[in-house]
Amino acid sequence: MNRIDPLVLGIETSCDETGIGIVRGTTLLSNTIASSMDEHARYGGVVPEIAARAHLDELGPAITAAVAEAGIRLADLDAIAVTSGPGLSGALMVGVGAAKALAVALDKPIYAVNHLVGHVGADLLHSTTETTDSTDSTDSTDSTDSTDSTDTEPLEYPTIALLVSGGHTSLLLVRDLVSDVELLGETIDDAAGEAFDKVARLLGLPYPGGPQIDRVAADGNPKAIRFPRGLSQPKDMAAHRYDFSFSGLKTSVARFVEQRQDAGEPVPIGDVAASFREAVVDILLTKALAACADYNVPRLLLGGGVIANARLRLRATERTDAAGIVLRIPPLSLCTDNGAMIAALGAQLIMAGHKPSTLEFGADSTLPVDQIQVCSAG
Amino acid sequence: MLLAIDTSAGTSVAVVDLTRGVLAERGENDTMRHAEIVGPFILACLHEANITPADLSGVVGGMGPGPFTGLRVGIASARVFALGAGKPLVPVISHDAIAYGHYRRGHRGPLVVVTDARRREIYWSAYTAADAAGLPVRAGAPGLAKPAQLDDPAWLHAGWPRLDAATVSAGELGLVAELSYAHQRPFAANEPLYLRSPDVTLSAGPKRVSR
Ligand SMILES: [Zn+2]
Repeated sequence: MNRIDPLVLGIETSCDETGIGIVRGTTLLSNTIASSMDEHARYGGVVPEIAARAHLDELGPAITAAVAEAGIRLADLDAIAVTSGPGLSGALMVGVGAAKALAVALDKPIYAVNHLVGHVGADLLHSTTETTDSTDSTDSTDSTDSTDSTDTEPLEYPTIALLVSGGHTSLLLVRDLVSDVELLGETIDDAAGEAFDKVARLLGLPYPGGPQIDRVAADGNPKAIRFPRGLSQPKDMAAHRYDFSFSGLKTSVARFVEQRQDAGEPVPIGDVAASFREAVVDILLTKALAACADYNVPRLLLGGGVIANARLRLRATERTDAAGIVLRIPPLSLCTDNGAMIAALGAQLIMAGHKPSTLEFGADSTLPVDQIQVCSAG
Repeated sequence: MLLAIDTSAGTSVAVVDLTRGVLAERGENDTMRHAEIVGPFILACLHEANITPADLSGVVGGMGPGPFTGLRVGIASARVFALGAGKPLVPVISHDAIAYGHYRRGHRGPLVVVTDARRREIYWSAYTAADAAGLPVRAGAPGLAKPAQLDDPAWLHAGWPRLDAATVSAGELGLVAELSYAHQRPFAANEPLYLRSPDVTLSAGPKRVSR
């Protein structure tokens, strides 16, 4: 196996994106994503069975498309990488079963890896052109963002990583991507992305909630309503210093909306959205920056689909600048769930000399973040 | 030679050949560990049959019916193995394998195959007989029913001999594919037979939080 610049295909099916990525070392060759998001819209959130059915339908076509885009043959691959967890169990199982079958069919080694650590690995990737990510269609306004990882400086360790999506909200201390990742805290109830979806529904806005909240918040005052910051009271900070909670915030927004409706007054949707978003952004960044300070780590990396939120990126830039912390944000197409980040982590494991996984691993919906690779052969 | 994979009940993988029969087979009745064991089973069967993927002429996938979480693992594995090996996928209805085995062991005439669909429901398929090639002749698409429905005298296939099966043999699934190909019979559609819609209910809207 080529351990210098391994050619790796990554398979990611932990939530509603069927992601197939192909990398050569740290070079991104394809980031193919088929999303079932539209199918979930009418239910106001990801329906696990619909996501899993979509993975089964999309996997084969996505592999074919990724291979074509990368300009390789499957036989050229050095290894397969796949998300073993955490994520939706039935969805993960589709990717795990398929990845093993592909590895055996091609007689290639397989690396079963952790989804959350994969989000961090995404930052290592650069595209062949060294400019912007060619597969990135959602992100054109961000190509000038100086914090994009289109910069050429490599990721430095240790770094704090804040990973925020509809499925997870986690704060990690990454001392080494392939050998030492520690969970500092995570949400104890809803993921931040779920909170956006639920509040959007309260305001009569469609799914997914993040972009909708952003849209109406543009006309709102983020200081109009002081919504609570979860787990920020002194007693909470003792037990849950780096944990997050968004269910109280959601309830508080609901109560505010109901009071206005009961009084026959119009709901100031712009102000509610802006104030809610400010509360989420504030608590996310306050806890992340506290971790940077406590561990004396002047680096913060963001990942996950909620990073698409412009206000979060703006406030993160302002607050890390003020605190003297280096901020890294991968291109948005690599922040949302994708197979390229899984391939990137697999390639890092190979380059660090790690053995492949044995074929016995399964899907682990609650895989702990310190298990970077599952069922390593030695 | 064909590699056959079925996870509509437990997990079963086999390598079969039209003239030499089942060359290797691995089975596990556990209905929770499909994703764990399907890969090792494929590898074990290839080793035992002493072949590489290049020696295969196709990959058979059991399309169910079966409980969806497990069923999908086998179909995903079969489809992606076929893609990786550059071989055609051969979809076969899993109940046909059960019926084929029963006819081969001497059953004659009508037959209703029944498997567990969980949630106090069953999957069923009805067959009139085995044809000259030994292939079961199905009398309609697989169905999903309450158990009582099959005992109702008014049911279309009431009184037909019934076979309740807990497992599906990938060896028999593969032989159905071999025989279907040899006798130019159509294969099944490349679609999982879930026979159930996803469990979702449209919410009536946000619930009130204040009283
Ligand atoms: Zn994610």
